[in-house]
Amino acid sequence: MTDLASTASVHPAAPRFRHGTIEAALGAALLLAWLIAAVGAGVFAPYDPNALDLVAMLAPPDGVHWFGTDHLGRDVFSRVIYGARIDIWMGFAGVIAPLVVGVTVGLIAGYFGGLTDTILMRILDITVAFPFFILVIAIVGVLGPGLVNYIIALALVAWVAYARLVRAEVLVVKRLEYVQAARALGFSDFVIILRHVLPNVLGSITIYAWTDAVMVILAGASLGFLGLGAQPPTAEWGVMIADGQPYVLQAWWICLFPGIAMVTLSLGFILVSDGLSRRLRVSS
Amino acid sequence: MNSISFIGRRLLQIVPVLIGISLVSFFLIMMIPGDPVRMVLGPRATEEAVTAMRQEWGLDRPIWAQYLSYIGNTLTGDLGQSLKFRIPVLDLVLQYLPRTLFLVAYVLVIALPATILMAVIAARNEGRWPDQLIRVISILGMTIPVFWLGVLFARYFGVKLGWFPVSGYGDGFVEHLHHLFLPAVSTSLWLAPLLTRNLRAALIEQTEADYVAASRAKGLPEGYIFRRHILRNSVLPTLNLLGVMIAFLIGGSVVVEIVYAVPGLGALMVGSVLGRDYFVIQGLTLVYAIATVAITLAIDIFTAAIDPRTSE
Repeated sequence: MTDLASTASVHPAAPRFRHGTIEAALGAALLLAWLIAAVGAGVFAPYDPNALDLVAMLAPPDGVHWFGTDHLGRDVFSRVIYGARIDIWMGFAGVIAPLVVGVTVGLIAGYFGGLTDTILMRILDITVAFPFFILVIAIVGVLGPGLVNYIIALALVAWVAYARLVRAEVLVVKRLEYVQAARALGFSDFVIILRHVLPNVLGSITIYAWTDAVMVILAGASLGFLGLGAQPPTAEWGVMIADGQPYVLQAWWICLFPGIAMVTLSLGFILVSDGLSRRLRVSS
Repeated sequence: MNSISFIGRRLLQIVPVLIGISLVSFFLIMMIPGDPVRMVLGPRATEEAVTAMRQEWGLDRPIWAQYLSYIGNTLTGDLGQSLKFRIPVLDLVLQYLPRTLFLVAYVLVIALPATILMAVIAARNEGRWPDQLIRVISILGMTIPVFWLGVLFARYFGVKLGWFPVSGYGDGFVEHLHHLFLPAVSTSLWLAPLLTRNLRAALIEQTEADYVAASRAKGLPEGYIFRRHILRNSVLPTLNLLGVMIAFLIGGSVVVEIVYAVPGLGALMVGSVLGRDYFVIQGLTLVYAIATVAITLAIDIFTAAIDPRTSE
């Protein structure tokens, strides 16, 4: 989580105004706001997210319950704030797990080439033959519903994009003179990959990771909505929307606010990603 | 001749992928934590019952023998029995499949014209307000969760205004169109923005190509250059993207089918996962993957037919 904050705060402070700076700054501000809300949920949320109040069931938004209450009398505002913890954690873990797998595969395949590369790329071909969401559901279905199994499924399925990106970059980087030089000097492959190849490929995967976070959060919330992700009574936004679905006519607020939360968080990620890639394109 | 050898080569490349797909769906069942037989029979099953079922399923044989008979069964169309419905998985799939296909086709009919219109307007006004507006719309479209929009749509347009039915599939073509309108629109609202972004980028890239400058130098009118050259050259990258998106669409239909209670493959998939109907999960995963491979192949061949350069 600290990683999100530090990455987010670096970009607005660019020395000169460039294309995409405003976007990236706006995105970073949205992300920062959600991050603060998530970390400080205990301070900002006026109620316990799971406290039942059967007297105040389906109460509309007012001064006491800003976003109203749900069918069990739980405070929707507090649940949205606490939900940020779950959904941001999901986005973070759900990007990191496939990123680590994909970067490792991409580095190994690109750097060593030959048979290793062929085998790894065949595994990649097979993985992309499955529709992403279907394979995730199938794996979660077999392992059992839950957030941790969702992250495991992502590590098994979503690594391919990172592996492709990294492999393509490594194929270019490994022909560069200083990498050749390091090899001639007798540095071990491991050291060369870690010290010379990896830093060069980090840029492009970072930009992809921001967009990937949106997909991970949307898919994770969809799983929560379907009953296959986070399990009730966890205050996860997808679960909350599923909870509110039967009452949406008389109590629209239960569904509306978690959805707005998702849109603003995703918007933060997309704006940062878009802004960063526009800046790179202009400066290059 | 050339195109026939291209198709042959592509078909050959698919064989290892198909074998891989069969391995994945075979091992999917092996990933079940614990003993699948005990899972199905329940904790109070007798030792004899467990052994009997183990033999019936062939689980007492070595793994490679199990895999070979899995392949043999799959090739003859036997995907096993549904534990819940007590009918062959293939029958179940064939029963649910047409609804999902209808939905996917419906989405494409709505999303493609919208995409082309938005992308052309954006590209021809690059950097000006129509382009910016379309950009904002497409970013918003990418962030809105389909299931959330679906819940709100179903209640507002379906229940409150009563314009559309909120569940089921209906009888006959017109009823299908009516029942699946909201599901198709909700899905198009995230698909069209994604496609628009890519088609717009492809169009703008073509605008900067040398042949466009040459056409301008010859004094050809802008509209003519756009229609005859730029648009045509942007079709291929978009077509390829569409192949990827259809796979995405098949996956995305799962959520929409649940929200609008459309009895399609996605709804069947979620039901099987919640009901631990393992052979249906396995069979569906296989069917989805084969469908994806077939679509990719079709688009590759179609691309090669339009542009012979790609088959070299």
